[in-house]
Amino acid sequence: MQIALFTIFGLLAVAGALNLLLQRHPIHSALSLIVVMMSLAVLYWSLGAEFLAAAQVIVYSGAIMVLFVFVIMLLNAGEEERTRGSRVAAIAGFPGAAAIFCLLSFVFLSERHRLGTTRLGDSVTGAGSNISEISHTLFTSLLLPFEVTSILILVAILGAVVLARKEL
Amino acid sequence: MVPIAYYLVLAAILFCIGVAAFLMKRNIITIFMSIELMLNAVNLTFVAFAHQWHQISGQIFVFFVMVVAAAEAAVGLAIIIALFRVRQTLNVDQVNLLKN
Repeated sequence: MQIALFTIFGLLAVAGALNLLLQRHPIHSALSLIVVMMSLAVLYWSLGAEFLAAAQVIVYSGAIMVLFVFVIMLLNAGEEERTRGSRVAAIAGFPGAAAIFCLLSFVFLSERHRLGTTRLGDSVTGAGSNISEISHTLFTSLLLPFEVTSILILVAILGAVVLARKEL
Repeated sequence: MVPIAYYLVLAAILFCIGVAAFLMKRNIITIFMSIELMLNAVNLTFVAFAHQWHQISGQIFVFFVMVVAAAEAAVGLAIIIALFRVRQTLNVDQVNLLKN
């Protein structure tokens, strides 16, 4: 059951990411990125992270991608022009990305037995629900970082308002 | 029963597609979207390792990454709008004031 879930949504995520790479219109890339984020939410859920699955759908596919789509609409972004692209990217970038991928996959697959397996529906620490565990840690030992993120969000709101003003 | 390694390999695939899109795309909004794709791939490794070590801290870290990504998207898209007002283009090849 879980291997089928992983295969379907993993392939969907990879297909969405490849579609983001191959589409030339930004709105098509944005919609395929939403597909990637939704399938990642299902994968989080299968790894026992129910809170993060919900937050992924609400924050990423809900808030951030709506912001992207609005900016694409506001700026009336059309198809991107075909250019040669950067030469450094072709020489160092793509072999570098392929090398990173080969290295990571080699390490992960050779350590496969030590990394263990996952079963559907088991909780991470085996103590109650995921949300109560996260909230307990977040509001006791990590209370200060949590409050600091609210200041970060406030600064980001002010920065966005100042930057997007008419006269800069 | 799925090995955790498969989740990590999937995250590596998504991260490398994100790197390739970052290098290949010329539209600044799409470049920004590929950064979000890379952040998502890293989040998947955090969740997978949190499951492997039976620790909740990996998931908390993903929560903070999401918060920072939301702030980054708001500020970054405001910068893109300001850039478009000045240069009337979204193509990164034509934003080369610092190049020569």
